[in-house]
Amino acid sequence: MNAFEATRLVAAREIRVKLRDRTFLISTLIFFLIAAAATFLPPLLAGGPPNVAATEAVAGPLRGAGLQVRTVPDDAAAEQAVRDGEVDAAVVAGPTVLAMTEAPREVISALSSAPLVQLLDPDATDSTLAFIVAFAFAFVFFLTSQTFGVQIAQSIIEEKQTRIVEILVAAVPVRALLAGKMIAGTLLALGQIGLVALVAVAGVAFGGDNGLLSLLAPAIGWFIPFFLLGFVLIAAMWAAAGALVNRLEDIGGVSMPVQLAVMLPFFAVIFLNDNVVGMRVLSYLPFSSPTAMPIRLFTGDAAAWELFASLALLLVAAVGFLLAGARVYEGSLLRTNGRTSLRTAWRERG
Amino acid sequence: MTSVLRLDGVDRSFGDRQVLKNVSFDVAAGRMTGFVGGNGAGKTTTMRIILGVLAADAGQVTWRGAPLSREVRGRFGYMPEERGLYPKMSVREQVVYLGRLHGLTAEGARRATETLLERVGLGERGDDLLETLSLGNQQRAQIAAALVHEPEVLVLDEPFSGLDPLAVDTVVAVLRERAAAGAPVLFSSHQLDVVERLCDDLVIIADGAIRAAGSREELRATYTTPRYELVVETDAGWLRDQPAVSLVDLDGARAVFDLAPGADEQPVLRAALDRGPVRAFRPVSPSLAEIFREVSQ
Repeated sequence: MNAFEATRLVAAREIRVKLRDRTFLISTLIFFLIAAAATFLPPLLAGGPPNVAATEAVAGPLRGAGLQVRTVPDDAAAEQAVRDGEVDAAVVAGPTVLAMTEAPREVISALSSAPLVQLLDPDATDSTLAFIVAFAFAFVFFLTSQTFGVQIAQSIIEEKQTRIVEILVAAVPVRALLAGKMIAGTLLALGQIGLVALVAVAGVAFGGDNGLLSLLAPAIGWFIPFFLLGFVLIAAMWAAAGALVNRLEDIGGVSMPVQLAVMLPFFAVIFLNDNVVGMRVLSYLPFSSPTAMPIRLFTGDAAAWELFASLALLLVAAVGFLLAGARVYEGSLLRTNGRTSLRTAWRERG
Repeated sequence: MTSVLRLDGVDRSFGDRQVLKNVSFDVAAGRMTGFVGGNGAGKTTTMRIILGVLAADAGQVTWRGAPLSREVRGRFGYMPEERGLYPKMSVREQVVYLGRLHGLTAEGARRATETLLERVGLGERGDDLLETLSLGNQQRAQIAAALVHEPEVLVLDEPFSGLDPLAVDTVVAVLRERAAAGAPVLFSSHQLDVVERLCDDLVIIADGAIRAAGSREELRATYTTPRYELVVETDAGWLRDQPAVSLVDLDGARAVFDLAPGADEQPVLRAALDRGPVRAFRPVSPSLAEIFREVSQ
């Protein structure tokens, strides 16, 4: 049994077990539905242009502005149509705009002459949109790395707790076990965010906002390699944390640093999303770069070389953590008497 | 040459506590070797070292004269002491998985699993999740998991603990089959009566050191002071005054006594016949428990 074949078998088992796990399937489905709702619903709910009731005398400029005009015989009929909810607004003599509760922006602008507007930074992204996108990236990374990271830790603990690990270690190299779990977790996580990304892009395309799509698509495209490496970084920490304990109940104690390493960057990215210097720093730090860099790309602040530089830094960090995690895993996997300290695990080799 | 699993001068410490001291013994092919010792004597540590789950500080383990590599150990079958398989996987699926990890093809692992589950009496339960089985049946599944790749060497830590008598018989039959097919079988147990019934060879460990090793008969011969039981018609108290005899037990007409080394038992029998009818006169073999007690002290 060579290490490659063993890794493949271990990964295949992890994936097979996960794909049959009802909790996993339900949480994936919910995640998927949230992404679909967030992108498909707004254009659906927004509806078309407002319906306006007007006499033929004032209908001209309204039609010219692309509004749906319903011609009525007189002003009284126009008012009645608004009251009955048949139209969103009416234009009567004056001209006066009638509406039930809210001033209809499109109708007003169709009837007034707007002053000339000149945008000095036409490329800058709408700040609300920027926040939503930042939140979405941070949330997806947070949730996915947390979910699949915890699963790697749980699977390691399960093998320790049941002692099946002794049979496994007698049969295959320890590193193949770890590699199989990491690969399975990464594939499942990538599969999940790939689905979410697909839904998001489809939703935006469905909304017909091609400008937004052209900004979002590269950010999502880059998010995937960043996610991949960022996930390996965090999963390596989860693997080490899982190997240090013997019972699922004990994972809380050792996983605190890992939780913080995921949580702090999550909040930092959300709170600093409009702070240029803050985001620049976050986009290079390995724990926050998976979300901060794609966001900077989306808001147009990042040069192409910056993406590669940050990705390279993340790669170095991920490899470093992976090696360290593997060493802790090897050092503590067979210590089945209580919790192993990080120091002991680091020193113990086999 | 014969196929022997040999431990040679194995030491192991945990921290500053030395748990194995110069452990050496052989497990011969085709024989069931019982490995007995008290709690904490070092049985499990020894077995883990054989399987390469733990490293030895000194000494080595060889199979057919060659040091153990991962390749070679892959053809061993192992059943750890505190055991478990995956609770949420079906029995069949995990036995197949372990077979594949030991190098079987998908098809080979499936076939071996079917045969083995049938053999240990789990044929009907193959699709059940492990956690839904009774402890005894989980134990049978564990045996199947250790045997699925037709191992060349079997190392089983307490294979009979938790088994009902019927399951013990099944497992014993399966292990004997493997031994008969030429595999060395090393199993530990603290149930001395079971070991006594099963093993061909015996290794006794106490406090991290091997106290005795050899075939059951050899050990009996070595560790037995010649002991006899005598049953006469009346009181056997006169034995007390016989030369070379030391009484172990006297209960009216029945007596158990040891003879001094080298002494002949026939004069004692003759002396008894001189005093009246003799109903029984026979050598008493010490039980394994007695040998164990003696060498462990």
